[in-house]
Amino acid sequence: MSTLAVHDHGIVHHEEGHEHHHKQTFLNTYVFSQDHKMIAKQFLITGITMAFIGMTLSLLFRIQLAYPDKSFPLLETLLGRFAPGGRLSPDFYMSLVTIHGTIMVFFVLTAGLSGTFANLLIPLQIGARDMASPFVNMLSYWFFLMASLVMVSSFLVQKGPASGGWTIYPPLSALPKAMPGSGEGMTLWLISMVMFIASSLMGGINYITTVLNMRTKGMDLWKMPLTIWALFLTAVLGVLAFPVLVAGVVLLIFDRSFGTSFYLSDIVLNGQVQPFEGGSPILFQHLFWFLGHPEVYIIIMPAMGLSSEILAVNSRKPIFGYHAMVYSLIGISVLSFIVWGHHMFVTGMNPFLGGVFMITTLIIAVPSAVKTFNWLATLWRGNIRFTPAMLFAIGMVSFFISGGLTGIFLGNAALDINLHDTYFVVAHFHLVMGSAAIFGMLAGVYHWFPKMFRRMMDERLGYLHFWITFIGAYLVFFPMHFMGLDGVPRRYYAFTEFESMKRWLTVNVFITWAAIMSGAAQVAFIVNFIYSIFFGKKATQNPWDANTLEWTTPVEHIHGNWPGEIPTVYRWPYDYSKPGHEGDFIPQTVPYSQTMSSNSPHDFEDNPAGLEEYNKWASINKINEQVK
Amino acid sequence: MGFKKLINSKKIVMLLSMFLLLGTNMLMAQDTATGTAATDSDKSAMWTSVGYYLLLFLVGCFCIAILGKILRVYDLTQKMQGKKGINWNSFMGFICIVFLIAGLYGATWSLTEQGSMSLPEAASAHGVDIDNMFTVTAILTLIVFFITQSLLFGFAFFYRGSDKRKAHYLPHNNTIEKIWTIIPAAVLTVLVVFGFFTWQKIENSTEVKGDINIDVTGHQFAWELRYPGKDGKLGALDYKLTTGDNKLGIDFKDPKSWDDLQADTLVIPVNKSIRLNIHAQDVIHSVYMPHFRLQQNAVPGLPTFFKFIPTITTAEMRVRTDNPKFEYLLYCNKICGGSHYNMQKVVRVVTAEEYQDWIAKQKPYLTDKLRTELKLTADKSTSAPQAATNRLALNN
Repeated sequence: MSTLAVHDHGIVHHEEGHEHHHKQTFLNTYVFSQDHKMIAKQFLITGITMAFIGMTLSLLFRIQLAYPDKSFPLLETLLGRFAPGGRLSPDFYMSLVTIHGTIMVFFVLTAGLSGTFANLLIPLQIGARDMASPFVNMLSYWFFLMASLVMVSSFLVQKGPASGGWTIYPPLSALPKAMPGSGEGMTLWLISMVMFIASSLMGGINYITTVLNMRTKGMDLWKMPLTIWALFLTAVLGVLAFPVLVAGVVLLIFDRSFGTSFYLSDIVLNGQVQPFEGGSPILFQHLFWFLGHPEVYIIIMPAMGLSSEILAVNSRKPIFGYHAMVYSLIGISVLSFIVWGHHMFVTGMNPFLGGVFMITTLIIAVPSAVKTFNWLATLWRGNIRFTPAMLFAIGMVSFFISGGLTGIFLGNAALDINLHDTYFVVAHFHLVMGSAAIFGMLAGVYHWFPKMFRRMMDERLGYLHFWITFIGAYLVFFPMHFMGLDGVPRRYYAFTEFESMKRWLTVNVFITWAAIMSGAAQVAFIVNFIYSIFFGKKATQNPWDANTLEWTTPVEHIHGNWPGEIPTVYRWPYDYSKPGHEGDFIPQTVPYSQTMSSNSPHDFEDNPAGLEEYNKWASINKINEQVK
Repeated sequence: MGFKKLINSKKIVMLLSMFLLLGTNMLMAQDTATGTAATDSDKSAMWTSVGYYLLLFLVGCFCIAILGKILRVYDLTQKMQGKKGINWNSFMGFICIVFLIAGLYGATWSLTEQGSMSLPEAASAHGVDIDNMFTVTAILTLIVFFITQSLLFGFAFFYRGSDKRKAHYLPHNNTIEKIWTIIPAAVLTVLVVFGFFTWQKIENSTEVKGDINIDVTGHQFAWELRYPGKDGKLGALDYKLTTGDNKLGIDFKDPKSWDDLQADTLVIPVNKSIRLNIHAQDVIHSVYMPHFRLQQNAVPGLPTFFKFIPTITTAEMRVRTDNPKFEYLLYCNKICGGSHYNMQKVVRVVTAEEYQDWIAKQKPYLTDKLRTELKLTADKSTSAPQAATNRLALNN
């Protein structure tokens, strides 16, 4: 029904043309736009800006870790009271770590990644004129922007931004006197997060509704590209998990500001007995990780979806095991809700519960392994085109393997005793969700740039960007595993106080320079990005010879995406290099009747009429050949 | 050939401009260095070095830009002469295989060089179990790591595209998909079962007779220790009783607390079962003793425990590590504030005799000052033991 309605709208739209629409002004085209393509671009550019802020913060604390005893007068000039004498203060170091984590996890890899590509690709790839509710979609962006501004503005507060780690465990975050960052900085963090979650929910509900109700004719669920599957399941995870974080955050606000004791009990701070009684700090951890674990899949699943699509397009091969890919995504989504306890093995949670969470955690490795093998099989005997997007997708798979394997150590409760909260964990999650997800995102940016900005990005700068970043990321995170195994804890301001950790100082210097190198490589990206928006080579309608629907829209953006009727979909999106067909791709909009020579009985599994036609055609063909 | 001239001239112009920039910068740096007063010299030195690095970066960018232009012009001239331009696709495929070889070498180097620096010898009974578990997991994952990364970049190299070839259409293959679902599932089942029993064994911290109970209490930013006295039992705690003199909030109404001892170093006897009772006063801390493969968070309002048996004395470890200054350490591993990075306690594993000698020298928490404050002095010698026995009788 809904698809029909959309069609009708499309026809009306075409007949009446643009006169019917309200006037296009700068404000409603670029700022308060309700067009999904513009909102996608707004998310992307805000996301990239936040990513650069997050990266700069990480470089600052990397400098501290490499040169703990050295003074950098520049830091004092730039940061003032946060870096007295040219050295970061320990409290500000904690703030940097905290805000780096928060920005990267939430603002870049959740909103920047899902927000950009769900907005851009869902309507374009399922064949819809726009999102289900464009206004809510616009609100989602504006809440996200406000959340970003509040988060960044916490650097302007006298005592500095939140500094209890991105996981903001109470009582540290609940007691303003426990550390400077737990004062106004923490309040701003909480306000920002509540706005962020509102944004995320508005977006998520929109994505789910659009995918379920607004697919074009012929686009059944099993004909959707994997990007859409991934973004859809991501949105479902977000809608189910984020409200729990709101609950956790609201209780924390109560504890901080209204004297309740949800998370606090038996506290003596600086020799002062505090009046809190009966709460449990562990409760917050349960609430936090009930979001927090699905959150890491919210981050990685869109990257998986984007990479799957890009790997298939550029290998000129169908994605291997499409159904297995979808089922593993569903499996990961379901399992992600029952593994949160593996973050809490050593927190004092009942050991039996720890054992149960260990079992569920290691089960989730199975669908992840299936995905990896399927990606490898997609490359096998392909005809690979190394666009920058393809390289980033390959890099994503590489990081996912390297980081995923160390997850088997950390998911094992017994091994986690020694590894919990060490650099081993830092290495693990920066590879598997940090680097892998950002590479998925960059792959998406390179691949869909022509769709967003109507121009192409420069390939050679893309290659340069890829190799430096890829090698740099490995150089940064690979040695960290060994530091962790040696018992070097994360979130330490300096390793100078421990004789046993001093020998890792040279490694820290090395890591810092590798990080600076990777950071410098991002200049290649940003130059390429901005330059190409204005002066890049003009894109053709389907620059990558891809099958999916977004490449059937005109290069010039129009409100409503397609002039005239929305195309009908006849086949799955991965008919690349199909034997019997002349070209190496058959877009989804090409009906089987036009590709008789390449059809196979398998194509008509759920279509008896089509199968009959096919058999008829095949038998005639056979006779003809015999006659010849 | 006109193109070649063009690049040459462009290169020259760029080089010239670079030298000019460099030259002016150096001149300006000299000017500022000599011209300003001594107080400002630090500042100017700072800006000079900032300018230096910035310039270095810009020079790098210029070099890359020039290289890019040269390549582009080369490409175009080749094409104009009717030859094929640079085949970036093959080039990238080639770099993939180079990266694979270099990466595998690098990973192996890192595993051997840095790997040997990590994971010190386990000094506790359960630590050996954990290390066995670790070795098994490491071998399995490393096999998978090397195979999958080789396949990934190997495929990227071998199947790099060309116009002549068409990819092999292979949408799925149920048999192979079943195989690679079942094999990881089976391997993980083994790891889960192995891990589950190891975990259950380690986490069994119920108190048994003969365990040495030691209280470890974390606060910003230090650890407090409490050893039981002659009765072998620790007294009750009540955080509301915490004062400047009674740092831990020991409830001295409980006679078991009267002989509780304070200590600066966590001294423990070798081959004895030690039960750490872990408390926190203000925020969450974490007791982390990597040599003993021991970690447990200290949570305010929720006492936690960890039971372990140390197996190697500090003296022996000093010989084994060939480091006369070696000490076991306990440090905080949960973000707890500004000085989180320096919240350590020395742990010393000694023989049973040394332990007895050492504990005899420790002072009780119930100092004379506290005694007078709590008015316990008068009836200490007479009624205390009596009270204890009374209580025992009542309990029975």
